[in-house]
Amino acid sequence: MRSCGECCTRLVDFGVTLRGSRVLEQIRLHMHCGELTALIGPNGAGKTTLLRAMVGELPHTGSLRFIHHGNIETTKPLRIGYVPQKLELDRTSPTTVMDLFAGALTRWPLWVGTRKAVACEAQAKLELVGAEALLDRRISEISVGQLQRVLLALALTPVPELLLLDEPVAALDQGGMERFYQTVSKMRTEYDLSILLVSHDLTAAAQFSDRMILLNRTVLCEGAPKEVLLNPLIRQTFGFGFTEQEIDGRRPLFKQLEHEQCVLQTGET
Amino acid sequence: MSLWHTLLLNLPFEWAQYDFMHNALLSVLLVSPLLALLGCLVINNQMAFFSEAMGHSALTGLALGALLGIADPTATIVGFAVVLAVAMVLMRRYSAVPPDTSIALVMAFVVALGVVLLSRGGGFARYSRYLIGDILTITPGELGVLAVVSGGVAVLWVFLFNALFFVSLNRSLAASRGFPAGILEAVFSVLVAVVVSVSIPWVGLLVINSMLILPAATARNLARNTRGYVLGAVAVSLLSGVIGLVCSYYWNTATGATIVLWACGFFALSLTVRRR
Repeated sequence: MRSCGECCTRLVDFGVTLRGSRVLEQIRLHMHCGELTALIGPNGAGKTTLLRAMVGELPHTGSLRFIHHGNIETTKPLRIGYVPQKLELDRTSPTTVMDLFAGALTRWPLWVGTRKAVACEAQAKLELVGAEALLDRRISEISVGQLQRVLLALALTPVPELLLLDEPVAALDQGGMERFYQTVSKMRTEYDLSILLVSHDLTAAAQFSDRMILLNRTVLCEGAPKEVLLNPLIRQTFGFGFTEQEIDGRRPLFKQLEHEQCVLQTGET
Repeated sequence: MSLWHTLLLNLPFEWAQYDFMHNALLSVLLVSPLLALLGCLVINNQMAFFSEAMGHSALTGLALGALLGIADPTATIVGFAVVLAVAMVLMRRYSAVPPDTSIALVMAFVVALGVVLLSRGGGFARYSRYLIGDILTITPGELGVLAVVSGGVAVLWVFLFNALFFVSLNRSLAASRGFPAGILEAVFSVLVAVVVSVSIPWVGLLVINSMLILPAATARNLARNTRGYVLGAVAVSLLSGVIGLVCSYYWNTATGATIVLWACGFFALSLTVRRR
């Protein structure tokens, strides 16, 4: 891992109030670059709300700070990449993958001329996530898995300091999920990113993450994924717990898949 | 302007010999592409019902103008529509009522209020011009106002397009790209309110929303990307606008409604064409 391990993203006393009720309070988080942090918690725990507040859609109290190498702290807005769970799309939507990139990278209305530089950058990012053939496709006609890859490529353009993924694999099948996680893992080392990933699949999240955070209105516990999953708080929160074998059980499957990556990727289209 | 008249007078058509047709054609060329451009974003952001309500609010705006004794009620129509647009944005944000239900409620209220106020003493017929529109009576001065508004809206539209595009896809995604969804939606709602209410005396409030929605909906059936969508919508609106205007001259029918019928025709045609 090329991670410098010195820069980090920090949430201090972070809280969100929606329609008069306190949804999140006293969140303290510390994410290092090159680290994938999985955010777990029951429905209504405020996972998505936390992400929405972090990207600036919802107002929040407390602070979100980015600390550079050598403890230089900046309050300048973080560059955040965000991958939503789904888009509001209808079947007649004419939006293409290229439109997404043009809209993100140019100031002019995205349909006014397609500059070569934008197309090149988009193509390069799509290649990173294995979606290079999709540039001119409409996003309403590609598969859910392909769309998630495109949205990941978009979130990486330009390369952010912090990448937020909101249940990106909820709609994917097992194979699609494994492939998505592998790509994300690759990005983490490639770009030295801090990644925060909301997930409902606890054991899968445990395999791919470096750290895990159990959230229910506030941070209940955090640490190495296995530690968190074995914590009694898991049973209290979800109503079920894990044994060590259950957590380790899926690991061999993933390792095996890693070797078959090429086969799987060509099999996708 | 004189160049425009000379140009048209040289056309070998009967309709091209009249000044009122020259002015009407110019306003169609101005208003229809503008409505089409806005329509693309209205459909993307699922605001078709909202813009319909904006059109109908003109009844109350008109009544307010009559009550205040203003000769040209355009100012009160625009003013009331803008106030209503802001109110509806706030309702959508803070009310628990589903957006389509709250729009229906507001629309029922402003139509009823407008009709009650305008029908006092049995004088409603005087205002039927605003229901069906009358583009043939537009004066060069009114055309100038229309041109200024169109120019302003077009400039704002250019700056808002990408932002509203992302807001329509996903609000959090838009926020992560630095586009504040709430403010943008409010600005766009006001923009729609202004354009719709400025156009109503010429197009008619019964059909104004169709001129906003139909060209974009037609292009959406055919377009392979956003450029095709926007340019297609402008092309369809210009085609149906010009053909509709000329047809209304020969058929002696209301121009706005005739234009909309042509737009409906193009939409039906688009359903039969397979997207390449």
